[in-house]
Amino acid sequence: MYRYDEFDHQFVRQRTAQFRDQAERRMKGELSEDEFRPLRLMNGLYLQLHAYMLRVAVPYGTLSGRQMRQLAMIAERWDRGYGHFTTRQNIQYNWIKLEDTADILSALADVEMHAIQTSGNCIRNVTTDHWAGAAADEIADPRPVGELLRQWSSLHPEFSFLPRKFKIAVTGAPNDRAAVKVHDIGLRLHRNDKGEAGWEVIVGGGLGRTPMIGVTVRDFLPEPELIGYLEAIMRVYNLYGRRDNKYKARIKILVHELGADKFKSEVEAEYARKPQASTEVEERELKRIAAYFAAPQFDKLPRWSAAFEAAKLKNADFARWARNNLGVHKVGGYAIVNISLKPEGGIPGDASAEQMRLMADLAERYGSDELRVSHYQNIVLPHVRKDDVFAVWQALDGAGLAAANHGLVGDIIACPGLDYCALATARAIPIAQSISRAFTDIDRQEEIGPVSINISGCINACGHHHVGNIGILGLDKKGEEFYQITLGGSPSEKASIGTILGPGFAGHEVAGAVGKILDTYLKLRAPSEDFIATYSRLGAKPFKEALYAAA
Amino acid sequence: MSILEKGQIVTANRLRDGIAVFLNRSGQWSERIDEATLALEPEAAAALEARAKADEKATIVTGSYLIDAERRDGRIRAAHIRERIRTLGPTVRLDLGKQADGTAGGFVAPEGA
Repeated sequence: MYRYDEFDHQFVRQRTAQFRDQAERRMKGELSEDEFRPLRLMNGLYLQLHAYMLRVAVPYGTLSGRQMRQLAMIAERWDRGYGHFTTRQNIQYNWIKLEDTADILSALADVEMHAIQTSGNCIRNVTTDHWAGAAADEIADPRPVGELLRQWSSLHPEFSFLPRKFKIAVTGAPNDRAAVKVHDIGLRLHRNDKGEAGWEVIVGGGLGRTPMIGVTVRDFLPEPELIGYLEAIMRVYNLYGRRDNKYKARIKILVHELGADKFKSEVEAEYARKPQASTEVEERELKRIAAYFAAPQFDKLPRWSAAFEAAKLKNADFARWARNNLGVHKVGGYAIVNISLKPEGGIPGDASAEQMRLMADLAERYGSDELRVSHYQNIVLPHVRKDDVFAVWQALDGAGLAAANHGLVGDIIACPGLDYCALATARAIPIAQSISRAFTDIDRQEEIGPVSINISGCINACGHHHVGNIGILGLDKKGEEFYQITLGGSPSEKASIGTILGPGFAGHEVAGAVGKILDTYLKLRAPSEDFIATYSRLGAKPFKEALYAAA
Repeated sequence: MSILEKGQIVTANRLRDGIAVFLNRSGQWSERIDEATLALEPEAAAALEARAKADEKATIVTGSYLIDAERRDGRIRAAHIRERIRTLGPTVRLDLGKQADGTAGGFVAPEGA
């Protein structure tokens, strides 16, 4: 199980004490807002439409039952009884008071949590595959590398004032569930011809107002060289990254403006200087950290569970949920349980304190005390015995957590949008709700099959609309909300940026438009072809015609 | 016929808890937009703004700014949807925010999708 080391304990406590002092000085007027803003942002505290918002880091999305319970306690004691799980595997609280924040940070520190590097121009909380350590297709658990990067980058003086924020994602599996090609740096583990594992280093991907797919700067880097090589990338960025215009300050712009080849040669030249020639320290650290992520003690079980199969035969709702919401585990007799936080007409990613507690209970009782937050705004129990899956489902069903829509139309990603966010230009959640309600027929959802719908309430793209198979972007047109639809985005190993289909829609028209797009797909798809494959084969034309044909 | 007055009001977030507030006639910050002082002239708006900046220095509020608004039948309505949502609460959680606390503006939430 992931744990802090002694150094982390000390520094998180120190940081909390510092923040307590800073907040008190702010409230006494000794610090102005301009002076205080960067300090609160360094601790994840934003000012939003209705109150302060606190973004809490969940490294690699990994939580224990005790930590999830503490998140529930914070929601009840200092917020309004719920939290919002985000597309960066974090949790946000929407109704925080400045005067309570130091106490909240202290309660987080009690369970080895914090809000550091969830904001500001630093290397942000590293994200990984939410099925890490469990997925059948995985070469190795990516979290030790993520943790190595976290320990290296946390409060690193050279990288505390970068031109802009910096996001790193890591996947240890060929099926990319961590969207590594649309991060500032993406790391992908793969094998060479000799069967050895090494890391592909992808740089300059990103979403926001200038979406780009990253370019590969090294195809096969031995693991102990990662820190040295990433340091070289960061130095090139720090040297040449633009600071004159915040919209041109991300590394993707630098890679684009220099050109991939020139950027690569700059990185290689920097790396060749090798301040430390030996990778002895990295090797030792990786070994030490890997022990933090040791897999739980798995039982030797038959692949086939009689109890699981019998329950499916007896209960059609369970069978459907099992069909859609379970992932294939690397150990026989186990399953990965995906808990959808997308009930019909619900708010994507929101969970009440009671629901958090129930999920904590289930993790402790049936899931080796592990939970994961996924960037799809869902919760994962990565290690559940198939024999126990029915009991888990029954408990979820009783708590409104058994939506059987994982990976289907109803599993919509949406940012908080104008209902909460000070930067938003339009609401995102009501659009998600209207689409969800238009597809209440779960048979129809299953017939349509895998499709991702992503909604952002502004161009900053927290809802990752560019990489949604169907992407929806909310904008402000003379004081009215309107929505642009893009098609063909994908965050997977075959990453692509969606293309704008045509003129935008009013909010109440969006669900109907999505319906037309999916009807067109159903009409035109080849056997066993999923939505994105049909789109890749046919392009935008038939969808455009369906949407914009003269009525 | 009711009279429609158009002007500006000043809004901010209260420093200690971040709640959206509006500067009223007695120079206090109210959670209710209906109690806001509506400046009908640019000079009056500038005076409101100056008062708000002083209250920022006095650590009462933070992030103050002027917004366009109108008054009809004694009730004030912000011009922009963003500000209307600030005076109500999330349109997807009617049990939360000003709309639940009885301090909302006198209009319904902008229609959802």
